[in-house]
Amino acid sequence: MKAMVYRGPYQVGVEEKPEPVIEHPNDAIVRVTLASICGSDLHLYHGMMPDTRVGTTFGHEFIGEVVEVGASVQNLAVGDRVMVPFNVYCGSCYFCARGLYSNCHNVNPNATAVGGIYGYSHTCGGYDGGQAEYVRVPFADVGPSVIPDWLDDADALLMTDALATGYFGAQLGDITPGDTVVVLGAGPVGLFAARSAWLMGAGRVIVVDRLDYRLEKARAFAFAETRNYEHYRDIIVELKNATDGLGADVVIDAVGAEADGNRLQHVTATKLKLQGGSPVALNWAIDGVRKGGTVSVLGAYGPMFSAVKFGDAMNKGLTLRMNQCPVKRQWPRLLEHIKSGFLTPSDIVTHRIPLDEVADGYRMFSGKEDGIIKALLVPSGS
Amino acid sequence: MDPYTAGTERPPFDAEALRSRIPGWGADSDPADRPSSPRERFDPAASGAHWDVPERQAGGDDRERSIEHRQLTPVFGTTSPLRGVSGVIRRFAYDNFSEGRAAHWLLLIAGDRVEAMGARFERDPVRAAAPWLIGAAAVGALVSLRRGRRG
Repeated sequence: MKAMVYRGPYQVGVEEKPEPVIEHPNDAIVRVTLASICGSDLHLYHGMMPDTRVGTTFGHEFIGEVVEVGASVQNLAVGDRVMVPFNVYCGSCYFCARGLYSNCHNVNPNATAVGGIYGYSHTCGGYDGGQAEYVRVPFADVGPSVIPDWLDDADALLMTDALATGYFGAQLGDITPGDTVVVLGAGPVGLFAARSAWLMGAGRVIVVDRLDYRLEKARAFAFAETRNYEHYRDIIVELKNATDGLGADVVIDAVGAEADGNRLQHVTATKLKLQGGSPVALNWAIDGVRKGGTVSVLGAYGPMFSAVKFGDAMNKGLTLRMNQCPVKRQWPRLLEHIKSGFLTPSDIVTHRIPLDEVADGYRMFSGKEDGIIKALLVPSGS
Repeated sequence: MDPYTAGTERPPFDAEALRSRIPGWGADSDPADRPSSPRERFDPAASGAHWDVPERQAGGDDRERSIEHRQLTPVFGTTSPLRGVSGVIRRFAYDNFSEGRAAHWLLLIAGDRVEAMGARFERDPVRAAAPWLIGAAAVGALVSLRRGRRG
């Protein structure tokens, strides 16, 4: 089969790989009909995630058709059109039993601090991802769901991570009616977090980024006020000015490990790999939120240490909330919101790229070229 | 509202204006409508798992694992198993250091770089070797220049 293959930092391509096989009685094999490049795939592409092995296929956002099931699979059948959460999880460990599906303890031998994620390095379990024609889906009875007939492919695809994660981030903010919510980052997850903040009753939503075309999308799609941090000498002062000197009630970090905005942090993290991630956005969240406020972290960071301004977080009495999203928990409510028109996920899709051109897709996404916000990957047979 | 005075309990805002401008405004303002609230909810049946303990995936005798795990997890990824010099480095990291130690992660990153360099040589040896050859030639030229001056 054809699959995206990682060859080293900034080096990806499409190669022939053996088709995946059933390796566990509750596995399914899914023929991928639509996948995408997530912003967090760029951390792998840039060589920031430890134990990212040459030959691995990335891709944790995908949907497809079930073509084979293992002997113990009861809930899926060959031919089902399914969406697959980015989490690989067992459904029965201590953490899954409490709904923490993203923190499963039974699927990732390489690390205990993170659960399993498709196509996201051996640090996340060593599973191949969905930027391929076929993918192995473990625990087929707990992860995937049949896509409702009325749901569009692109909307279903975005349910598998970006939409669910953005919505989850707004929840982590514990927003109360009238709150001022600042979202750092106007990528797909930030846009969905901003839009979801309104559902939770936010009184104001302000999105911060440095790319004007994305801020324009934040205004049109997420009905948000926007700030381009490059237009201000000090974005923290601007955020304080915009909130009567208080700071925002809630700040959501939807940027993560490769944040710009501070050259020292950016270089030590993304170029020299001396930190688990550049914590610029996280530090701005800590400084931009009001005392007693809540910081919600959706941005992905590597497992190493980062230079976080923890003293300010402590002194301000902040609540810091974060996690990888337990995707499937969000789905019933998200389906209701899509059906009622409250959420329109596929509005953020800007590009559809054939799987054969995945290298161009990564280069374009990494360089933020051509107004790219969300790129879908289409395997050749779809 | 400002930080120097008490203000009101909640900031004033116009809910009706927001509701008319933004689709679904306030639909999930009650935390009970938020699917991840509360964060932890003990309900083993909710996931759809029909096992107490998952069956074990075959193989895995030589599979590397974090020393914080007491056993190999019942299911694991099988792509790109450890091999070569990078495999030795990575296995050393897994076998000797917990996830809490910087050495664990720095060794894994070192393994990544070694593997990527090897892959580059396998794919295109001339191009991969070019920077090294140019560097060696430059050093050689400098050395002979200094020797020439001394002579």
